[in-house]
Amino acid sequence: MKNNFWQFVKKESLHIIRDKRTMLVVMLIPVMLMVLFGFAISTEVNNINVAVVAPDRSNSIDDAVETLSNNNYFTFCGYITQEQIDEKLRSGEVSAVIVFTPDYDRKLSQVAAGITSAPLIQVIVDASNVNTANSATAYLQNILLGKESKQSMFETRMLFNPQMKSAYNFVPGIMGFIFILVCAMMTSVSIVREKETGTMEVLLASPARPIKIIFAKMIPYFAISCIVLIMILLLARYLLEVPMSGGVFGIFTLSLLYLVLSLSLGLFVSTIAQTQIAALLISAMVMMMPIMMLSGLLFPIENLPLFFQVVSNIIPARWYIDAMRKMMIQGAPLIAVWKDSVILIGMTIIILAISLKKFNNKLE
Amino acid sequence: MRDIVISVHDLTKCFGSFTAVDNISFDVAKGEIFGFLGANGAGKTTAMRMLCGLSYPTSGRGTVAGYDIMREGEEIKRHIGYMSQKFSLYNDLTVWENMNLFAGIYGLSKEETKKRSEELLSQLNFLSERNTLVGSLPLGWKQKLAFVVATIHNPDVVFLDEPTGGVDPITRRQFWELIYKASERGTTIFVTTHYMDEAEYCSRVSIMVDGKICALDTPTRLKEKYSAKSMDEVFRTLARKAERGE
Repeated sequence: MKNNFWQFVKKESLHIIRDKRTMLVVMLIPVMLMVLFGFAISTEVNNINVAVVAPDRSNSIDDAVETLSNNNYFTFCGYITQEQIDEKLRSGEVSAVIVFTPDYDRKLSQVAAGITSAPLIQVIVDASNVNTANSATAYLQNILLGKESKQSMFETRMLFNPQMKSAYNFVPGIMGFIFILVCAMMTSVSIVREKETGTMEVLLASPARPIKIIFAKMIPYFAISCIVLIMILLLARYLLEVPMSGGVFGIFTLSLLYLVLSLSLGLFVSTIAQTQIAALLISAMVMMMPIMMLSGLLFPIENLPLFFQVVSNIIPARWYIDAMRKMMIQGAPLIAVWKDSVILIGMTIIILAISLKKFNNKLE
Repeated sequence: MRDIVISVHDLTKCFGSFTAVDNISFDVAKGEIFGFLGANGAGKTTAMRMLCGLSYPTSGRGTVAGYDIMREGEEIKRHIGYMSQKFSLYNDLTVWENMNLFAGIYGLSKEETKKRSEELLSQLNFLSERNTLVGSLPLGWKQKLAFVVATIHNPDVVFLDEPTGGVDPITRRQFWELIYKASERGTTIFVTTHYMDEAEYCSRVSIMVDGKICALDTPTRLKEKYSAKSMDEVFRTLARKAERGE
């Protein structure tokens, strides 16, 4: 009877391979998401056009401007006059204007001597995009104040992600999302499809054990997920340059655990849903939406209202994403994320137990 | 007395307060073609599912192929073939892959599978289409194929749940020739149908109304008893008494 298990695995693999469209979606979506989130949708600020107003040019101003134009985040667009500020910002030619006070050098030495503390530099920013405006201001302050040691009271160091790359943040989130998509959604749809087409009935009237049918279904999806996992990790490492300093072993192990969890979720959905549409809807609405909103993928959990913070605790992706961030970006070893791991293992066991029990009941 | 392959006594299935199958008893002999008739909702499919080990009876007893339906469901499954109402092969697998899969499920060895599949396909004159995807075949062919796949392991009994639904008359005729051939080889056929001309082909026919069997005999004797010209008339006389709808 053992060989008929592999018959089933072969059959499932054929289903998947012959379904070219689904294959394409499964393989392309991770790449697209990675590229999209990694490059296009970014909270980073790049190439901000900056103009400078300096009534009295001096060496120290020239120095500041040079530092600015050497910085990747900014493009220096030349000196303008006070009157041009409004027009330049309005036309969108520049997004920020730096205004040095007249007689800058003399006032600077006064500040240095402690005679006055009036601000010397004004930064005017186009805030129609809040994100850009915020980051631009922060960067500008860093760059300009960095030069005036007397004025800067803080020395800020960005640990783990010094360049504030948003890809770092999104990669673990995308992983948390994509495996639910591949494992949970696709397995549940494929199990329910057999109920819908009537083939399940024939299988149940045969000597094949239901549990065997189900596990045979999971294997090819598990294999695909592993391929996707490797793909994502390679993309993350070499295209987005995510450090993964915590060691690939830990990342891989925990991801495999998460794959099993997602497969169990898929099995669970298939025991509830009777039609493919229902399975899709349950996967999309009940699983994807919370993952997008409540797992820390898009919004930090600390920023959520208290109620949703509590709800987020039962979302597996939250713990997975949390652990992945620690391991991929902070370089934590597997042992450091033991809490997330234990929670994920617990969830897997519970979901698997419930769905296996439910599944058997259904067949009487 | 010929060998009894299916034997059922006082079989009952309730869903809550609804009695889908109400105390039915009958015997089916080896090689018989047993027609299981009834209007929609009369309880045919439920009864059939109990015989196939797909659901447990609420009460009553019975054996299929010598195995108890209460206790030996798994053994029964090894010795029967089942073709469901819905078309039940995999559309995205080829003819040959479908046959291999089901042969594997029933534990046929590689050599047996090959021999049996070739034998069945050449019987259908279908050997040339073995690498065609099932999904691209016309419905009539699919149904014939589903039938031979259901008999790939030489089962004692084949259960056919409305096997010819939506199939044209010529193909139905061919389908019944397949059934006859299987029956001649000693396979018992248990078939539900809505087509009364098909009922005429059966060795014996039972007619279910509201979960009970209210007539069971050969088509000829049933027609005599109800002084009807065709099985169609017999069926309408009996089914008219039905109280519950679908």
